[in-house]
Amino acid sequence: MKIDLPEHDESPWDVVIEPAGINISNNLRDVWRYKDLLFLFVKRDFVTFYKQTILGPLWFFIQPLLRVFIFYVIFGRIVKIPTDGIPPILFYLTSLIFWEYFAGSWKKTAETFLENQQIFGKVYFPRLVLPLSVLLSNGVKLAIQFLLFALFWAYYYFAGYGIGLTSALIFLPLYLLIMALLGLGAGLIVTSLTTKYRDLKFLLDTIIQLLMYLSPILYPLSLAEGRLRTVLLLNPMTSVLEAIKFSFLGTGVFSFAYLAYSLIFGLVLVSIGLVVFSRTEKNFIDTI
Amino acid sequence: MASKQIVLEIKNLGKKYRLGKIGSGTLSHDFQEFLSRFRGKEKASTEIPLTDEQKDFIWALRDIHLSVNKGEVLGIIGRNGAGKSTLLKLLSRVTQPTEGTVRARGRIASLLEVGTGMHPELSGRENIFLNGAILGMSRQEIESRFEEIVDFSGCRTFLDTPIKRYSSGMKVRLGFSVAAFLEPEILIVDEVLAVGDVEFQKKAIDRMRAVSSGGKRTVLFVSHNMASIKTLCSRCVVFDQGRLVFDGHVDEAISRYLGYNQDASSRLITWEKRGHQTEEVFVRRAEIRAENKAINEPFSITDAVNIEIELTNKNPNKTLDCTLQIHSEDGAFLAASSTLFENDTKENFTSGQLSFSCQIPPRFFNQGSYRFSLLIVADRNTTILRLEDLFKVSFVTAARSPGDWMGTTRSYLLPQFIWNKKLM
Repeated sequence: MKIDLPEHDESPWDVVIEPAGINISNNLRDVWRYKDLLFLFVKRDFVTFYKQTILGPLWFFIQPLLRVFIFYVIFGRIVKIPTDGIPPILFYLTSLIFWEYFAGSWKKTAETFLENQQIFGKVYFPRLVLPLSVLLSNGVKLAIQFLLFALFWAYYYFAGYGIGLTSALIFLPLYLLIMALLGLGAGLIVTSLTTKYRDLKFLLDTIIQLLMYLSPILYPLSLAEGRLRTVLLLNPMTSVLEAIKFSFLGTGVFSFAYLAYSLIFGLVLVSIGLVVFSRTEKNFIDTI
Repeated sequence: MASKQIVLEIKNLGKKYRLGKIGSGTLSHDFQEFLSRFRGKEKASTEIPLTDEQKDFIWALRDIHLSVNKGEVLGIIGRNGAGKSTLLKLLSRVTQPTEGTVRARGRIASLLEVGTGMHPELSGRENIFLNGAILGMSRQEIESRFEEIVDFSGCRTFLDTPIKRYSSGMKVRLGFSVAAFLEPEILIVDEVLAVGDVEFQKKAIDRMRAVSSGGKRTVLFVSHNMASIKTLCSRCVVFDQGRLVFDGHVDEAISRYLGYNQDASSRLITWEKRGHQTEEVFVRRAEIRAENKAINEPFSITDAVNIEIELTNKNPNKTLDCTLQIHSEDGAFLAASSTLFENDTKENFTSGQLSFSCQIPPRFFNQGSYRFSLLIVADRNTTILRLEDLFKVSFVTAARSPGDWMGTTRSYLLPQFIWNKKLM
């Protein structure tokens, strides 16, 4: 006679919940299972961006244009900072839309825990889905704004302003990767810390603004000399923005060494970010 | 027949919460502490490490062992703060246990709230997909059940309207409908059935029953509604103060829960030193208990109830009598009974120790809560002491055998009068 003993059921456990211990590879595998959710979050961010506005998706264009216009008036006309012979509007637009990808990703990722505590308190899904969706939706935004940039670029190109693409353009995916790593890593660290110290929430805007002035957005790196140049190069965004300008406009500093520094910086930041984030996500709901 | 497979196994589970402030509150202090830990020194703040017994921690849940078989519908009951929600949070991986393990076969989906993550600007259609994905469904799963979800919610006409224009009832219905068509191996439900109007609630209960029947799905169901626990669950556990105190038959669990719901210590009252006294009388002790039951066991409507009061009569010239008044929980005056109407208690109690006792026969109360007041009357005409709402006791129905009538009668009292049934 066969006796069914439940204890002898050897089929594996699918879910194991234990105290302590973080497992990042497990975490990443989970993210893959929830990829549908990832894309739905991206879609949500995109669709809700312009809901109930008259101009709708046009805002994707208007926002950077307004900022570039202000830059042009203040820094181009009044302060008159040279832009390496590039028309100031194109110069600002190039660095701004790429900078915004990094800054936007950082800022939004940094809100992950605080903004979503309601959902996080009620249901489980890999928390990492949210920061990743931020990277993607900012990527979509960048792609749209790139159209605007292409339009301006074509105008200045055919009007004979002496700009031109260089072969460094083939590294564009690398630039994007570095910016994504930097934005994600910094965001993961900040959001983990804000669960405990809300102070950072208020500081972050200022930090990002400060970093913007320390990046070659309104001026070319070639303008800086000596110690100032060293300081600027310590900013991992500098090499990327310079390389991007070199790729599209033909002027700027392109250096593999600087890019390697930024890449390593980004990888370290993401590694630290993942550890801190995974540790925080386990229990933050008790302390928030 | 398939073997009884254990799909959920909880071993020694515990969750400790810290009371009061989290962290030391300031960044600089935490930073100092971090630095000193980094250097391998002792804590910078030279406080004595606190042990668990000290007031800084509370175990919201401790020593939980539980295994659930495939296809079971397990009810989880307990009063507020008993640890139910903490258990659900641990199972749904919202937070991490302090000790112990939980292992499960298959997906666990939890329904601690309906409509989690829905976005007001998105349409009903978009929200179905978003909410479904948050709850762990894949795109295909949602697509294949989409029509059913829409039909169930009854929101078809408004499918492309942003849900911020929905009434709150519609939102909740939409949320529940998505959740109702989740198909995980283990489903955790927390009181969400109490949504929508009466008609929708009935639909929701029916749907829950359909989900749990068939033996494929395992459901953990937390509720304060004993009626839905009774209709849905095949087994029930009771939590009290973070511990699992009962695991077994549903009816018994409900009696246990209702019993625990009242403070057992209030059934025996002693006034030792100062006492409860007036110029004429000093009450030392009062007690209510069900016959043949321990003081902390719940009262059943089939128990005889004994009430006893001990007092000292300070004025030997007066005759004392005792009156019992019974009120329902909602304040209706149901019954009174007194020694005043007993002919044989007319003799003078000269002085000293005195006790009154009263027995209420079995099958007098209905299920529910009652308040008992005692009045001490002097010389058959003046009330000298009023012990208002001295006891508050809940009665539970006795365990019923299958086939018995399972409903309830809504009368305040359910006395067993003397009946005769004769064939003529």
